[in-house]
Amino acid sequence: MSDFSLFDAVDRQIVDHLQGGFPVCDRPYAVAAASLGLAEAELIERLQGLLARGVLTRFGPLFQIERVGGAFVLAALEVPDADWERVVAAVNALPEVAHNYRREHRFNMWFVLATEKPEGIAAAIAKIEAETGLTVHAFPKEREYFVEMKLATRERRHG
Amino acid sequence: MDELDRRLILATQRGLPLCAQPYAALAAELGCDAATVMQRLEAMLARGVIRRIGAVPNHYAIGYTANGMSVWDVADEFVDELGERIGQLPFVTHCYRRPRHLPGWPYNLFAMLHGDSRDEVMARIAIVRSLLGDACRADDVLFSTAILKKTGLRLAA
Repeated sequence: MSDFSLFDAVDRQIVDHLQGGFPVCDRPYAVAAASLGLAEAELIERLQGLLARGVLTRFGPLFQIERVGGAFVLAALEVPDADWERVVAAVNALPEVAHNYRREHRFNMWFVLATEKPEGIAAAIAKIEAETGLTVHAFPKEREYFVEMKLATRERRHG
Repeated sequence: MDELDRRLILATQRGLPLCAQPYAALAAELGCDAATVMQRLEAMLARGVIRRIGAVPNHYAIGYTANGMSVWDVADEFVDELGERIGQLPFVTHCYRRPRHLPGWPYNLFAMLHGDSRDEVMARIAIVRSLLGDACRADDVLFSTAILKKTGLRLAA
């Protein structure tokens, strides 16, 4: 799937320093590169490599669609092992599914639905239930205490 | 959301163009000028429609091989005050109050914890547990074992 083996000190610096604050100006890569001691072309090339290798899943704006009338909802499924691959394919096929994780629990599939309108959530849930035959357990947030999804790189462990 | 903002979201939700002048490239795609694209992005940042612009890493790839969703059954009268405090812990990346699904799911407070080992995450869970004290009646942690999808928002054109 992904090859994380070619992850050097420069890549690490890029990941650690560019998780936010990317400039909005005529030559943003040049400005960001200068702050890291890199050339513009090198930064662009590095980002291409990090994306191609799956170290980054994306480089760009992170949208909080709720601020313009959209909705995010966390939801879970209890998927029988024998049905796993079929359900993964069915759930991931929906563009409304923004993230999906396998977790160790009776509720073994947890995904986030992101839709442009609040009513899109119910429609997506109905579609998943129809296609999988399983009950979707929705966990809409009632209150957000903190969100800051920035993580410093950690040393890779061998073995 | 007006039409140009919406088109700008559509044009950037998969990522920014990787070229020297990405905003000019977007402007060419959208049929406006680069200054307008930049103004719109700045305005969306100011309004919180854009949380941030930058790199979105795969947690596993940058060394966070243990990713636990910790869930807590916290007495309703204390959950907001305690949720704010848990959210301030430096190792918590998301913290929310969510509905219980009784009888099988008594948990109403969710906190995401990341570490390079399950031991590290469990040590952090112990810190959360001590902070919650008697207000917490039960807890669990759900470690992720695979990222099945991580595309982020995808509005339909």
